[in-house]
Amino acid sequence: MINIIGLIFISIGLAFDVFGCLGLVRLPDVYCRLQAATKCVTLGTCSILFGTFLIVGFTAAGIKSLLCMIFLVLTAPVAAHAIARGAHRAGVKLWEGSIVDKYAEDKEGEAQNRIK
Amino acid sequence: MKSRISMFFVAFIVWCLFNWVPDWQHLVIGGFVSAFVAFMVGDLFITRPHVLMHPSRYWYFFVYYLPMFLWECFKANLDVAYRVLHPRLPIYPGIVKVRTKLTTDTALTFLANSITLTPGTMSVDIDKDNGVLYIHWIDVKTKDVESATRIIVDRFEKVLKKIFD
Amino acid sequence: MKIFRWFIGMIFLVGIVILIIIRPFPFLFYPDLPYINFLGRVLYIIILACILCLYRVWRGPTGADRIVAIDILGIMIVGLCAVLTISTGRSWYIDIGIAWALQSFICALALSKYLEGKGFDD
Repeated sequence: MINIIGLIFISIGLAFDVFGCLGLVRLPDVYCRLQAATKCVTLGTCSILFGTFLIVGFTAAGIKSLLCMIFLVLTAPVAAHAIARGAHRAGVKLWEGSIVDKYAEDKEGEAQNRIK
Repeated sequence: MKSRISMFFVAFIVWCLFNWVPDWQHLVIGGFVSAFVAFMVGDLFITRPHVLMHPSRYWYFFVYYLPMFLWECFKANLDVAYRVLHPRLPIYPGIVKVRTKLTTDTALTFLANSITLTPGTMSVDIDKDNGVLYIHWIDVKTKDVESATRIIVDRFEKVLKKIFD
Repeated sequence: MKIFRWFIGMIFLVGIVILIIIRPFPFLFYPDLPYINFLGRVLYIIILACILCLYRVWRGPTGADRIVAIDILGIMIVGLCAVLTISTGRSWYIDIGIAWALQSFICALALSKYLEGKGFDD
């Protein structure tokens, strides 16, 4: 019974992985791609690891998969945040249909103050 | 000193989980290794060790924060799946600015992680001196600072203030 | 025209997934383990998602796109290692997964620093 529940968790995680990669292909600029891919692939991989834990049980591999899950939840948003900040500082433009960019406005203000 | 002792216990527990089922040889080697780790980097990671001693913080973390976070995470995934599979691609992206009242490093890190994994938002930069976060929002509903703060930040800020401050 | 492209792409993707599900592929693993039919198909679908990522690595207009795709690919390999753990019954595959997750995180941080154009000191 618990093996069936684990297989259901693995299937859900697999579907979210495929949706995240589809978002990586379809969406128009770096920030949207980063959003879709980080959310979907993080939860999908965590779901696959939790299914592995349910099937294997409290053995060495099961405990290690739980630790790996906690590690992924803690580090994947930090990596996404670092890549987004680096891309914005490197001058990657937003998509032309985007509505507002407060960050670029504030950065320009700081640069003008520094020149004065 | 207190921070090094708590770092020793954290490292020792993680070592025991990595060598599951632990016997006495693993425990001896783990004691030496985690003592070395605690001596080297103890006061870098845990700067305020008295926070770890309150049981009510753990209660708030496991009962209020964790179920809310998992539910928001699941909603975020359904939202992304809807936007990706829709043929007209319904996105209105933009970077907005919100204010926060949290001050400590750990609380700001957890706030940024929660914002990144909840529906439609991702944190781009943190300005710690002014208490300002820049957030990339895939479906911009408002450009105003205060109302964006009310929509995005407030539900996490109330719980995180009780846990980490 | 965009609707037409969406339709073609969806038919292609769903067709490949249905083909993986109904067709008996030759599996490289031990055929007497439990659930091996299901887990073999899971492996092929993860490889399909990795190919979608590799498309973005190949055609990314800027360097940031490629870095995002490499980061996501690293997270997905961890899931692949977890599925290999149950499908072959060898518990050291999950060790490869943990090491790959650490390596991918540090790789993403270093690449974002490089993208920002600063040195590693500050």
